[in-house]
Amino acid sequence: MSTKTDKIDRLAELTASRETTTGNSLWVEAMRRLRRSKMALIGGVIIGAFVLLAILGPWIAPYDPTDTHTWRGEVLTNQNIFVGPRAENWLGLDHLARDEFSRMLIGARQTLLVGIVATLLGFTVGALIGGASGAALTLGGAAGKRFDTVVMRFIDMMLALPSLLLAVSIAAVLGQSLTTVMIAVGVVQVPIFARLLRGAMLAQGGSDYVLAAQSLGVRKRRIALGHVLPNSLSPVIVQSTLSLATAIIEAAALSYLGLGNPDASEPEWGVMLAQAQGYFDSAPMLAVYPALGIIITALGFTLLGEAMREALDPKLRS
Amino acid sequence: MLRLVVRRLLQLIPTLLGLSVLLFVWVRLLPGGPAAALLGERATAADKAQIERALGLDQPLWVQYGRFLERLGRLDLGTSTQTGQPVWDEFTRAFPATVELGVTAILMAVAVGIPLGYFAARRRGSWLDVSAVSGSLLGICIPVFFLAYLLKALFAVQLGWFPAFGRQTTGLDATEVTGFYVLDGILTGEFDASWDAVQHLVLPAMALASIPLAIIVRMTRASVLEVLGEDYVRTAESKGLKQSVVRGRHVLRNALLPVVTAIGLLTGGLLSGAVLTESVFAFGGIGSFIKTAIDQRDYPVLVGFIMFIALAYVIINLLVDLAYSLIDPRVRVH
Amino acid sequence: MPLLSVDELTITFSGRGSRDVQAVAGVSFDVDQGQVVGLVGESGCGKSVTSLALMGLLPSRGVTIGGRADYDGTDLLRLSTARMRDLRGSQLAMIFQDPLSSLNPVVPIGVQVTEILKRHRGMKGEPARKEAAHLLDRVGIPDPTRRLKEYPHQLSGGMRQRALIAMAVACAPRLLIADEPTTALDVTIQAQILELLKELVDEEGTALLMITHDLGVVAGLCDQVNVLYAGKVVESAARRPLFAAPTHPYAHGLLGSIPRLDAPRGEPLRPIRGSINDRIDWADGCAFAPRCDSYTMECLTGTPQLTEPHTPGHLARCVNPVKHEMHGDGGDHGNTADLKKTEAGS
Repeated sequence: MSTKTDKIDRLAELTASRETTTGNSLWVEAMRRLRRSKMALIGGVIIGAFVLLAILGPWIAPYDPTDTHTWRGEVLTNQNIFVGPRAENWLGLDHLARDEFSRMLIGARQTLLVGIVATLLGFTVGALIGGASGAALTLGGAAGKRFDTVVMRFIDMMLALPSLLLAVSIAAVLGQSLTTVMIAVGVVQVPIFARLLRGAMLAQGGSDYVLAAQSLGVRKRRIALGHVLPNSLSPVIVQSTLSLATAIIEAAALSYLGLGNPDASEPEWGVMLAQAQGYFDSAPMLAVYPALGIIITALGFTLLGEAMREALDPKLRS
Repeated sequence: MLRLVVRRLLQLIPTLLGLSVLLFVWVRLLPGGPAAALLGERATAADKAQIERALGLDQPLWVQYGRFLERLGRLDLGTSTQTGQPVWDEFTRAFPATVELGVTAILMAVAVGIPLGYFAARRRGSWLDVSAVSGSLLGICIPVFFLAYLLKALFAVQLGWFPAFGRQTTGLDATEVTGFYVLDGILTGEFDASWDAVQHLVLPAMALASIPLAIIVRMTRASVLEVLGEDYVRTAESKGLKQSVVRGRHVLRNALLPVVTAIGLLTGGLLSGAVLTESVFAFGGIGSFIKTAIDQRDYPVLVGFIMFIALAYVIINLLVDLAYSLIDPRVRVH
Repeated sequence: MPLLSVDELTITFSGRGSRDVQAVAGVSFDVDQGQVVGLVGESGCGKSVTSLALMGLLPSRGVTIGGRADYDGTDLLRLSTARMRDLRGSQLAMIFQDPLSSLNPVVPIGVQVTEILKRHRGMKGEPARKEAAHLLDRVGIPDPTRRLKEYPHQLSGGMRQRALIAMAVACAPRLLIADEPTTALDVTIQAQILELLKELVDEEGTALLMITHDLGVVAGLCDQVNVLYAGKVVESAARRPLFAAPTHPYAHGLLGSIPRLDAPRGEPLRPIRGSINDRIDWADGCAFAPRCDSYTMECLTGTPQLTEPHTPGHLARCVNPVKHEMHGDGGDHGNTADLKKTEAGS
């Protein structure tokens, strides 16, 4: 005889044995997918190593980046003879007889700094412009639309300039320095962030939940800031990870054009690469070290960014 | 169609006007102001005073801007402080080289990128897909000028397969017609000159193609993957159509739409890349010229070139938009 | 011999890193020549997957298909891709749910109709165009020659579905599968499309496998009905007996949850509680038990079998089938009355 409790117990047992599919929030779900992604893992490890290097680099560097070293009692500079790796200088000496290994270690910090500051600048200014424009459009009204048109014309203008020329133009006005590189590279990112955030907000603004909120009488300002904006942030966050990679590469290009940080005590991979190009035929490794540094770091940020994009893409969610 | 063209052309006007304002302001912000910009930093005080008068810097700003616009309209951009030649002449001389290089690079990127992206998507998860995706990620992360050096060191210096510098072997007696060397050789029947120009193009174009190639591969792959999941592909399959028809008419035709737009947007980045590649290969196009102009602080050249490059970019994107509206019926109607 | 005989069809999806999901857990049904058979159930019950498997449209990777589906003496599930391609569009055709997304947006309607004529009937050029126009005309699209040059977005929803039907019937298939063909359409258009389908099926003697969650569609169209739950047929009967005396509690509940105008005022609707996610594995018992009001301990031990509890030919997979008194008021929901109305209307 089956009693009612037996019945319920048995049912509970059978239901529990099935994997329950509970709905998670977008971010929790994205994090779960991110943790499983191989791309994110590799990217994360590279970035972790790079950040660690950037923090510890100046302390573990065996020499001062400006110290000159000798070879058989002579300081070799600009003679097309280069001292290769040896016990005292693991990566050899550069064209001014400085320790390449120390410069690479210290350069990590400068490179990261350029990437982060430039991206932050691009992110902040771009998000402010794009957010304002998107909010103006979401809030509606003729004034909002006009504001958006004017702002977006300006952004389109910036996009019409090749990024490198835009950076060069800025660098020409500001003069040669680390700050210049950061600003120039950052400004290049501004229109990208602005367009992206505005586009995302626009897409959200037309969605049903905004309509629902409006019909419930939620204030427009609250809809724009409390609902549309937070839901539009994910592409911007993905972009900022990817931007860290482009910023580092872009900074190297500026250095190659002779607009990098001229201060020798603050070596930066881009500058080191640019300077080493001049000796590429006699000492290619001097270019390869910083180039590898840049490529691997950029790859790390790109991998993480792409993994994040995939994790957040609602189309890919099963 | 015509209305669309006219409307898009009208939309260009504010963008270009704004750009000219920016450039006008930019010249005034440069260290030393426009006088230094026109004369270079080594100008004497007397020269400066003279040029400031000549430029009418004592006039109100809007008058100055008006003159600036008028000079732009007459294509009078001053003279290069390096060469003493009018900027416009320098530009027209360098332009064909860069166009030739850019078009070659884009053709390379399209010819390799679209098939690669397509097959990567079709065999998702295969070694081809994995290597295409990782290769394209790597392609984005290699600084273009470093890649250019690598290619030069390997294929020109070490292996000697391709020339390392320039657009043409010195001493080659080639007739110049359009300034596009490959085309000139064909037009005049000097096919050796064409072949020579092609050989000179290969390495710089490869370096320049790296980023567009990477982007086209990824865009095509993503786009094909998306289209493969579309209902209309399932419909096509349910009709029992030949695989070639399903793939060509139903998958590729739709998947390439976003790629076409992307190619237009790539031209801006292509010009950035050209500055870097051309200087590595001393290619003698706009890029080489800009690099020297930056080195020499040759501001008239920079102002002129930036204006024209922006114009070129805007026009290319207009053309791409129009091409898009031809292949996508949904845009045509609206 | 039935035209199509599906026997113990199983479909399992296996994804990387996630548990295998058995979407179809042994479905069997027959479709006779010229018969209209309904596959009914809520979303997630495996009805659409079944239709895609029959058409050979499921991806090859990550999907395991078992059982048989005999069509005209051959097993569709084991046919080579090339053979399947020859059958699809010519002998088997399918109509999908969303007409807009089911049409290629950048190819004119005409090309999308003629390509199937080219493929299976070897027609080309002007004759193909003429035939395409004739097909559009036949499915009730006015001004067909002009429409051939137009793109899907220029057509209305109903027109698009008509165009898709034209493509499906272009080669006079012997079996037509319609997967929720009216769900994405307005109610008035729905009726027209169903009417059109009925007409075509009657004229050509085409068998129609109708996949739907809409019992109104079933009542108006189907000869034989299979109710699916969690990947298994839980009840199978001719239309009349099914509507008159639904035997499986799920089918019973499905009919009971339809709002009725002739119900007494104030009588609440009787929805089935929970969702299809509240289920147990068929191996452990009846998958519907967690949502069933009358489950017993017996329901929780082993898979219940399809039996004929009350009348021959009326199959139900239930150990406690719903009992209907022949003339009583309690069991019968008056569905027969409802059915009569639908029939009269159509």
